[in-house]
Amino acid sequence: MSGDIARDAVGDYRYGFHDPENATIRFDKGLSEQVVRDISELKNEPDWMTEIRVKAYHRFMEMPMPSWGNCDMLNQIDFDAVTYFLRSSEGTEKDWDDVPDDIKNTFDRLGIPEAEQKWLGGVTAQYESEAVYHSIREDLEEQGVLFFDMDSGLKEHPDLVKKYFCSVVPASDNKFSALNTAVWSGGSFIYVPKGVHVELPVQAYFRINAKNMGQFERTLIIADEGSSIHYVEGCTAPTYSTESLHSAVVELIAMEGAKIRYSTVQNWSANVYNLVTKRGIAHSNATIEWVDGNIGSKLTMKYPSVILKGEGAHAEVISVAYAGKGQHQDAGAKVHHLAPNTTSNILSKSIAKNGGRSSYRGMLQVTPKAKGCRSKVICDALMLDADSQSDTYPTMEVGNSSADLEHEASVSKVSNDQLFYLMSRGHSEEEAMGMIVNGFFEPFTRELPMEYAVELNRLLELEMEGAIG
Amino acid sequence: MLCIENLHVSVDDTEILKGVSLRINLGEVHAVMGRNGSGKSTLANVIMGHPAYEITSGDIKFKGTSLEEMEVFERARAGMFLSFQYPSSIPGVQVGTFLRKSVSAVRGDEAPSAREFRKELKSHMDALEMDKSFLARYVNDGFSGGEKKRLEILQMLLLNPTLALLDETDSGLDIDALRVVAEGINSITPRAGCLLITHYQRLLDHVKPDYVHVMIDGKIVKTGGADLAVKLEAQGYDWIEA
Ligand SMILES: Nc1ncnc2c1ncn2[C@@H]1O[C@H](COP(=O)(O)OP(=O)(O)O)[C@@H](O)[C@H]1O
Ligand SMILES: [Mg+2]
Repeated sequence: MSGDIARDAVGDYRYGFHDPENATIRFDKGLSEQVVRDISELKNEPDWMTEIRVKAYHRFMEMPMPSWGNCDMLNQIDFDAVTYFLRSSEGTEKDWDDVPDDIKNTFDRLGIPEAEQKWLGGVTAQYESEAVYHSIREDLEEQGVLFFDMDSGLKEHPDLVKKYFCSVVPASDNKFSALNTAVWSGGSFIYVPKGVHVELPVQAYFRINAKNMGQFERTLIIADEGSSIHYVEGCTAPTYSTESLHSAVVELIAMEGAKIRYSTVQNWSANVYNLVTKRGIAHSNATIEWVDGNIGSKLTMKYPSVILKGEGAHAEVISVAYAGKGQHQDAGAKVHHLAPNTTSNILSKSIAKNGGRSSYRGMLQVTPKAKGCRSKVICDALMLDADSQSDTYPTMEVGNSSADLEHEASVSKVSNDQLFYLMSRGHSEEEAMGMIVNGFFEPFTRELPMEYAVELNRLLELEMEGAIG
Repeated sequence: MLCIENLHVSVDDTEILKGVSLRINLGEVHAVMGRNGSGKSTLANVIMGHPAYEITSGDIKFKGTSLEEMEVFERARAGMFLSFQYPSSIPGVQVGTFLRKSVSAVRGDEAPSAREFRKELKSHMDALEMDKSFLARYVNDGFSGGEKKRLEILQMLLLNPTLALLDETDSGLDIDALRVVAEGINSITPRAGCLLITHYQRLLDHVKPDYVHVMIDGKIVKTGGADLAVKLEAQGYDWIEA
């Protein structure tokens, strides 16, 4: 891809700036067992973790690429051209002032420290491979809430990590979860003790700055019985003509009666492969909610999933995807009803424009044991022009007849009458389109913290500019 | 202010308006009556600039400039307003947000401050007997016919046009709602011209027209005063065609 084409494809991506790279440690490009061992050694990890990594590396090498999603794009990934580890800062700072100036500069431009003061219970900021800043409110710490970057989590609480790491997403789940398990770095580790409700959301912010970078964060959240937490993540990267790879694994465990909400607004630049495995286990009467927005990236393949393991557990997956020029959003949701009286709601909304492609890939499984379960799936696609593409691949495996299942799907176009109506109220065609698009995503947006909602609306309005005619 | 000269309009090569001429001055109310399908909505839509209609000959001028080169939103900003016969719904867009954005788009530099806007909004909603719970609903989404028409009139009052095109705004309203809507129209007409498309005399009891036009098959075939509407209500359209 030439530079001009790349710039064209990403349009006016406003996070496309990049700052000078001041790496303190940068691994050579490419992957080998030695690279995996070196990462582990550098981090001073216990042997068991090194072994998990090395085994996962071999699984990664053996496993084929997924044969679905977007094979053409997947096969363009050059694993030898990726930098698997890059350290930009000597440590993770607790005080914003101690973060190196160039990195602080990046996050200042992204508005991170302000958000923390206003509305967050804790924040972690990851730059390339590792967290550069981390903080948690004192009151949460006093209640026993553990919130670390994953590397520190492993150091401080090896037993908890050992118990739950790979317990929800095994390394061999898919090629990219194997890769992540081999080379993971950064991400968040959270434990919420029994009965503790974390009222303010905690936030993680992921930033890729270097070229050809691979970011492989690993997140593990455990909500003990009757507790609750809302975790929010945002992601951006600069606009380069070469590609970056973001391949995360997120594991959630909601114990009896606990509730975890995990919200994402992914706005990678259009040269990032975003191949993420997100899965949670919900025990009896627990709730797991994925609120998942995909606006950026070149190719996203991501299907947040929930295993409803205990009786009465509930899953909620609300996702939106926006695919512009050169983008393919292959997103969706998977819910496995393994226990009686479990319930799930899936709402997926997608928009394709300027030749973009958005796909919904869903999986709903109901085992024979899951008597009396209920599920509702709604997929709505909105096409903004004739060049764009939207498709759905719903799969259902139903093992008992007492399940109450609903599935609705719709594909709509913006009507001339809607545009005319809005334009007759003084709005230009772009503004009118922006209003319709924001309205279409509203069931998603209203679930986000206000700051994210405002930002998302603004982003979509920008996407509509200069794109019509 | 509005000057239409021998207007011919087609949709997909079918001619719908077949030579319409009409002049509306500031402060005048022009009622247009006629059977379904005679071209009344087409006239209102084409004045506002609906892209489905092609002007094959003739011209529309607003305040001396031809509308030919003006986009729909520019017409709105220049002071034109259309109350739709069938307003579109915009799911996910709240009425309150929509009204605020529309007021600032149309009134531009003269748009009220947030505080003034809320005051204006409240006084108009009170006059239209609209509950403030309207503001949190999605534009026209799941609205009853009467609710849609009230929202159209609310927009008209807020946008304060110099030319109001009202397409069957009275249809589907009960007597009380009709009175409320009529008061809304009367409150702008001293400062604005008004094209009032209606089937019924009952609106014209409340809003006194200066002229009544009868449209048949894409043409204005007869023009008279307020008494013409009374006669149409009593005798129908057959006597004109005969
Ligand atoms: N967008 C359109 N596409 C096709 N035909 C149309 C369209 N708009 C109006 N027409 C036709 O033009 C004629 C006049 O319609 P309209 O202006 O809606 O009449 P009225 O408002 O007087 O009932 C009708 O025959 C109608 O079917
Ligand atoms: Mg009509």
